[in-house]
Amino acid sequence: MGHTFAEKVLALKAGLNEVTPGQIVEVEPDVALSHDNAAAIYGLFKKIGVDRIRIPERIVIVLDHAVPAPSTRHAENHRIIRQLVKEQGIGNFFDAGRGVCHQVLVEEGLALPGELVLGSDSHTPHAGVMGAFATGIGRSEMAVVWATGRLWLRVPETMRITVNGRLPDGVTSKDLALKVIADQRSDGALYMSVEWHGEAIRALSIEARATLTNIMAEMGAKNAYIPPDERTLAYLEGRARREFTPIYPDEDAEYAVELEYDAGGIEPMVSRPHAVDNAVPISEVAGTHVDQAFIGTCTNGRLEDLAAAARVLEGRKVAPGVRLIVIPASREVYKAALKAGYLETFVEAGAMIESPGCGPCMGNHMGVPAEGEVTISTANRNFRGRMGTKESEIYLASPLVVAASAVAGRIVHPRDL
Amino acid sequence: MTEVIKGRVWKYGDDVNTDVIFPGKYTYTINDPSEMAQHALEDLDPEFAGKVRPGDIIVAGKNWGNGSSREQAVTCLKAAGVSALIAKSFARIYFRNAINNGLPAITSPDAVEAIEDGEEIEIDLEAGEIRCKAGTFNFPPLPETVLGILEAGGLIPYTRKRLGIG
Repeated sequence: MGHTFAEKVLALKAGLNEVTPGQIVEVEPDVALSHDNAAAIYGLFKKIGVDRIRIPERIVIVLDHAVPAPSTRHAENHRIIRQLVKEQGIGNFFDAGRGVCHQVLVEEGLALPGELVLGSDSHTPHAGVMGAFATGIGRSEMAVVWATGRLWLRVPETMRITVNGRLPDGVTSKDLALKVIADQRSDGALYMSVEWHGEAIRALSIEARATLTNIMAEMGAKNAYIPPDERTLAYLEGRARREFTPIYPDEDAEYAVELEYDAGGIEPMVSRPHAVDNAVPISEVAGTHVDQAFIGTCTNGRLEDLAAAARVLEGRKVAPGVRLIVIPASREVYKAALKAGYLETFVEAGAMIESPGCGPCMGNHMGVPAEGEVTISTANRNFRGRMGTKESEIYLASPLVVAASAVAGRIVHPRDL
Repeated sequence: MTEVIKGRVWKYGDDVNTDVIFPGKYTYTINDPSEMAQHALEDLDPEFAGKVRPGDIIVAGKNWGNGSSREQAVTCLKAAGVSALIAKSFARIYFRNAINNGLPAITSPDAVEAIEDGEEIEIDLEAGEIRCKAGTFNFPPLPETVLGILEAGGLIPYTRKRLGIG
């Protein structure tokens, strides 16, 4: 009997011939990713009683959650991290302004096909876009990885999602993801590895694929994987920091769940407050008033997303009384958007452009809503209180829909503008 | 650790996420456990932080703790005195964080159905039993690695022991 991607990569990293779902294995990660929580991790690391980080060359730290620092306490947190980076000789440190950690990890060629990525952030599955096994862990666990270079993982069952056909014009991978999450619910892939297959996935750009792996955290998945193909290899050309060997599931692998979707049947989707799986076709929420629109985050802050938003906003204005905030997911995206003229289009339309990072996604700064206000966002979470106050509502959608809604002042299908 | 845990139940529903257990806006500004405890479940049950007593047990529906990987969603409850969690299911990072902080997390859909808000219950980790007004419910024993971490009081002390420190 063959094995899934997760089974093959975890067997390799545990130094075993084969593993089966449910088995607990001890693995050595190739990459250990942290962000602003690195200071807290360092505190826990010191409690263990080890002086030096065991694998400094495998540690990656990206400051992104509250950058530039919105308060003295946040600034102090960053200061501690810069100090630990110096003390421990961590080369892969990316200071404020470089971008959101998941995007930066991929751009920097630090997460590669067939590798094992552990990250102290729930959206770590993002790196599965490169064909890595990437999963989120807690702070204490990251402290132990820093001290020992190892961690225990349970070998997951696997869900295989095959998407046939092609997404219609104006329908994005975000809409596909929200449709699947609406069907499978927030725990549909709980503890599972998710593999995305099919011609519709192969037809997507790397940027659009990353939305799919990123947001699988919202279905409870342990990791998400897209088989590396010629697009993946072309993307990594000149970026990959190490040699790598892609890993693919066996033809006769055994899956716990197999799903099939027809891409041609997907329409623009919107998640209603206060859960990602509370998603419906846009027709069901069209007309809902919005006070604020936010385009950015690790889910949808890439060049393709900004290009889509710029197409909608070209020659149009943000509706009076509505704020539109645009945050490129990384400096690389920012520079490319600048060169392509998208940022000028946004400014002309009346948008505010902030520096790369997570921005208002989890309520830290750069556009948090007031009580009673409604935000439409390209992020991956709309939980109650997520953006700062529990008395506000968050809708999630694609960059096209968010840009169109900013212009209309209400949720609108871009074709109806 | 105590083999039999006794406490009063706070009962909640399905899909309670980490943003309502411990809001994201506090994650880089509050580090003191007792201050964290004051914000526990702030956006889910504003009464909880003021009325929780040491030893209390949280009983919840499916997918407790989905969302962010923030460990404060566990440590704020521990600091508030919560002694154990029982749920129909746990989000995976939350489950790991609970165990890694020495807070037992038990999956038992039947017990969750039967237990009522406010009642006193007992959990026998060794025997794999939950005893409540409605009767006794068995749960499958936790894997050996997991029990070892709980017995050591969490992943940090467990790792110290394994490395032969302290």
